[in-house]
Parts: sequence; structure tokens; C-alpha cells
Amino acid sequence: MSGQVTMVKGHQRRGGGWALSGLAWVVGLLFVMPVLWMLLTSFHSEEDAAKNPPDIAAPLTLDGYKSFFDTGPWPSLANSLTASVLSTAFVILLAFPAAYALSIRPVRKWTDVLFFFLSTKMLPVVAGLLPIYLFAQSVGFLDNIWLLIILYTSMNLPIAVWMLRSFLSEVPVEILEAASVDGASLGRTLRSVVAPVVTPGIASVALICFIFSWNELLFARVLTGTVAQTAPVFLTGFVTSQGLFLAKVCAASIVVSLPVLIAGFAAQDKLVQGLSLGAVK
Amino acid sequence: MSVDTKPAPATKPKHSGGDKTLMRKTGDWARRAPLLPALIFMIVVTQLPFVVTLITSFMDWNAYYPDERGFAGIDNFRRVLTDANTRSAIWVTILLTAGVVLISLVLGLGIALLLDRKFRGRGAVRTMMITPFLVVPVAAALLWKHALYNPSYGLFNGVLKWIFGENAPQPDWISNQPLWSIIFALVWQWTPFMMLILLAGLQSRPLDVIEAAGIDGANQWEIFRYMTLPHLRQYLELSALLGSIYVVQNFDAVFTITSGGLGTSNLPYTIYQTFYTAHDYGRASAAGVIVVIGTIAIATFALRSVSTLFREESGR
Repeated sequence: MSGQVTMVKGHQRRGGGWALSGLAWVVGLLFVMPVLWMLLTSFHSEEDAAKNPPDIAAPLTLDGYKSFFDTGPWPSLANSLTASVLSTAFVILLAFPAAYALSIRPVRKWTDVLFFFLSTKMLPVVAGLLPIYLFAQSVGFLDNIWLLIILYTSMNLPIAVWMLRSFLSEVPVEILEAASVDGASLGRTLRSVVAPVVTPGIASVALICFIFSWNELLFARVLTGTVAQTAPVFLTGFVTSQGLFLAKVCAASIVVSLPVLIAGFAAQDKLVQGLSLGAVK
Repeated sequence: MSVDTKPAPATKPKHSGGDKTLMRKTGDWARRAPLLPALIFMIVVTQLPFVVTLITSFMDWNAYYPDERGFAGIDNFRRVLTDANTRSAIWVTILLTAGVVLISLVLGLGIALLLDRKFRGRGAVRTMMITPFLVVPVAAALLWKHALYNPSYGLFNGVLKWIFGENAPQPDWISNQPLWSIIFALVWQWTPFMMLILLAGLQSRPLDVIEAAGIDGANQWEIFRYMTLPHLRQYLELSALLGSIYVVQNFDAVFTITSGGLGTSNLPYTIYQTFYTAHDYGRASAAGVIVVIGTIAIATFALRSVSTLFREESGR
């Protein structure tokens, strides 16, 4: 597959081109509109945000953000950051050697192993939730951020193995042979020969794993309480039916989505490869 | 539990078998060593819990009645499958998944075709298209529920007032069409996903062949119907499969937009409730096993046809 997602030559068509281009712009704007609306509303006062028909030109204010931060989201944001960063680090540590054993010096039956990893991704999370809950309860592991770290690692490991494998497949065999002739050990080969070549790939795998961990709700909702609560759980909990809250909700959603938007745009070129588990490049 | 997805032996590249004689035995464990931590970790964290779920699904186990714990046979499955709520949940899960996947697939294909042309600002449009996918799912659900669907201050009714004035209809979108409300919020997030995979598929078409067809007098429709579409088939199948796997498991949108009310409770949400609120562990497990069986059915059926993509890629 040579289809680079970025700026590969398009197929120029003669005539009617401007209409299709216009349509593309309209569709793009329609899709981004809700996000822009959320951004605009987050800077309005609660009274202006609740106006119908909406007042686009209403004065901008940071009140929505202030009242969001007044509800004390920092611990949950910190928990999300801890869970996402640490689980991503563990994923890379486990996936990199595994991907090596599945591509550069493949073990026997390596396709079976690869498809085993893939199949775990098809196992609905909800089917394993109860035993994990009961286990955590019995060993006093509930509401502990480490439980989420372990689960997020298992959630992202298959994606990382598949992606890293497809990146490692691009490492030229000659370099590896040269390293082995020079008597380099496995660890040294990985560190000094393979890693530098696939660093951009590792970075995008890390960003994608970060996004999935940051977004996760079900595990976090069931397995954490007040201490280890993550940002998505915090978001579901802070909407009250009392008074006006639209600007605050929009501000909160923007703040919580910001890391994902940044990571996602940074990994844009590899996004499709990650989402398709390395099947599409 | 693992899905049987072994590619046919004939497609195994020479690499795996070629050097068998050379480094057999001595090299085997050295080769396996880097793989083992990841493999063992996955088996312990993902397979073990499922085995427990499977065992629990045959047990009478409610946390409120700890003394009555015992073997229940297929009782849980019978209760789950005859229960009106679960049956409705199975149906909702099918509708939700099929609706979201099909609509986003069609939209994604259309948009991918639009973006597969050169025009001013193509990169910008592509970035705009990806944005919905990069909003945290819970935040996206909150956005649709409060900022768009809300009957008194949501954007949709606001736009109706802009267009039709003060007497514009102001429908309560979520109460009127609860399931469609969830479907559209999810379509908004999943269309970019489909679009990205299909766009990559479009851009991997052999351009010279298509140009040749154009020179030979094939029109745009014929090129699309007889060349582009067959080439895209595996990409369509792959995006449908991956989309289904994610949407079948959807919890965030159902939880946030309707809290499972108004007949929108899907299987993951029902299972969550059965075990988190009702503490009926046996039944929750039986429902979980049913979800897994359903997912495996989709996966084996679909993955076999798309595994060509994976296979092509796995030959090194």
C-alpha cells in the first residue's frame, strides 16, 4: 500500500471542479461546526449561551472556564494524565520487543501470535469488566490509578504491536545483519540500530495510545471512585440540572479534549495507520 | 477467547519457514524471549477475566444474596434471552451499530471522493473533517446533548428560529427520536474515521491503469463503478469491521445522552446496569458472553474477507 494519507497527487478533473471543491468546503465546515460552536459558547456568559435564537456576537468572557476550574477538575485531569502517560510508556516497553520478535527475527507461528493480539481487541471490554471488578474489590485495588494503568496497557498493546510491526518491517535487513556481524547483543541492536530508525513511528504509536487511554470511560467509571477518578468520569458527573451550565459544559469539554486534539493533529499522518491497526498505510 | 483468524497457510511468507533448519532450537527461545512479556501480559489481563466471566455466567450469583451462590446451568442465559429488556438491548445494539456504521460509511465514502481531488485548501478541509474524531467521546456526547439537541437553547432549535422566526417549531430532539439522536452524534464522530481509511484506499489506486481507462474512453461513472469500487472493497470492509467493533461496544454516548432511557439501552449499558446497580453477577456475565459471541460472529465473518489487507502487509 503506497497510499500516503497526506498530500499524494489528487486526480484532477476537468470542469465542474469548482462546484465539487465548494461542496468539500461546505461539508468540512458542517463537520467542524459543532466544535466551533462549542468553542464560541465556552467563551460566552451563561445568560448569553442560553439565548434562543443564539447571540453569536455576544461579548466574550472567561467565566465559563473560571466556573469549570472552580469545580476542582485538577485531580481528575492529573489522574488522566498519569494513567495515559504511564500506560503508554508500558505499552511501548512491551510492544517494541514483541514487534521485533514478530517482524525482524520472527518466531515460528508468528502470524498466529499476531492474530491473537488482534483478536483480544475484538473482545468487548464489558465482558471482562465484572471479574476485574471483583478481583480488584477482593484485593483492595478499587479506586486505584494503577488498576487503570494496567487495563489501559492491555487495551492498547495490540494496537501498538500491530503498528510497530508495520514500522519495523520498513527497517532495512542489511543494517541488522551488519549489527549482528559486529556482535551486537539483542538489547544493543534494539537500542542503537532499530530504535533510531523507527522513532517517528514509535512517537505516533505513543500519541494514538495516549488518545485512547485519555478517552476511556467505562473502566474508569466502574473501577474508580473519588481518588482515582479520571477526566471523562469527572465530565459525566458535573452537569447538574440546577441553573444554567451550558458555557461551563462547553469550557469543560474543550479543556478535556485539548490534549487529544493536540496529540491527534500531531499524529495526523499516522492516524489512519493506527486506527486500522497498521493495515492501511 | 480468541477469534480464529488464521490466514491460509499458503500466504505465509517464506521468512517464517525458510531458516528453520539453520537456527532451530538454539535460536528459538532467544527469539521468543522479547515476545513473551507482552504475550503473557495480554493472556493474564484479557483472557483470564473472560474465562471467569464464562464460569460466572453458569452460576447463580447475586451480591445482594451471597448465600444463594451456586451452579445455575443455563438458567442465566434463559433468563437473559427471555427478558424483555435484554431483548430490546440486543435489538438496540444491532440498530445502533448498523445505523452508525452504514451511514458513516456512505458519508465517509462521499467525502473521501471529494477529498481525493486537488483543490485549494484541501489540507484545511481534511483537518476540519478529522476534528470531530479528536473530541473526547464523553465531551462530544455532552456537546450534542446540551449545545445542539437541547430544546430551549440548543443550536438546532436556534437555527430553526433564525430561519423561521419566533414561531419556528422547537422540537425536543432527544425525546422525540432518542435512538436517532445517539446515532447522529456517533455518525458525526465516526464519519471521519471511515473517511480516513477510504481516502487512503483511494490514494492507493493504480493511477496509470485508471488513466489508461480514461484514454480508452471510459467515463467517470464507469471508472468509479468498475475500477474504483472493486479496489475500495477491502477498504470498505475493513472500515465497516473496525467501526462495528468499536460501535458495538459503545457506552459513552448511550450513558451520556439518554442514560439508557427511552428504549436506547444497548447491551454494554444493560450489562453495566445489571452488574453495577442490580449486582446480578450471573446474569451480567451471561449477557457478556452473548456480546462476545455476537462480536466473534461479526469478526470471523468480516475478518476473513478483509484479512487480505493484513496478509499483504504481513509478508515481509
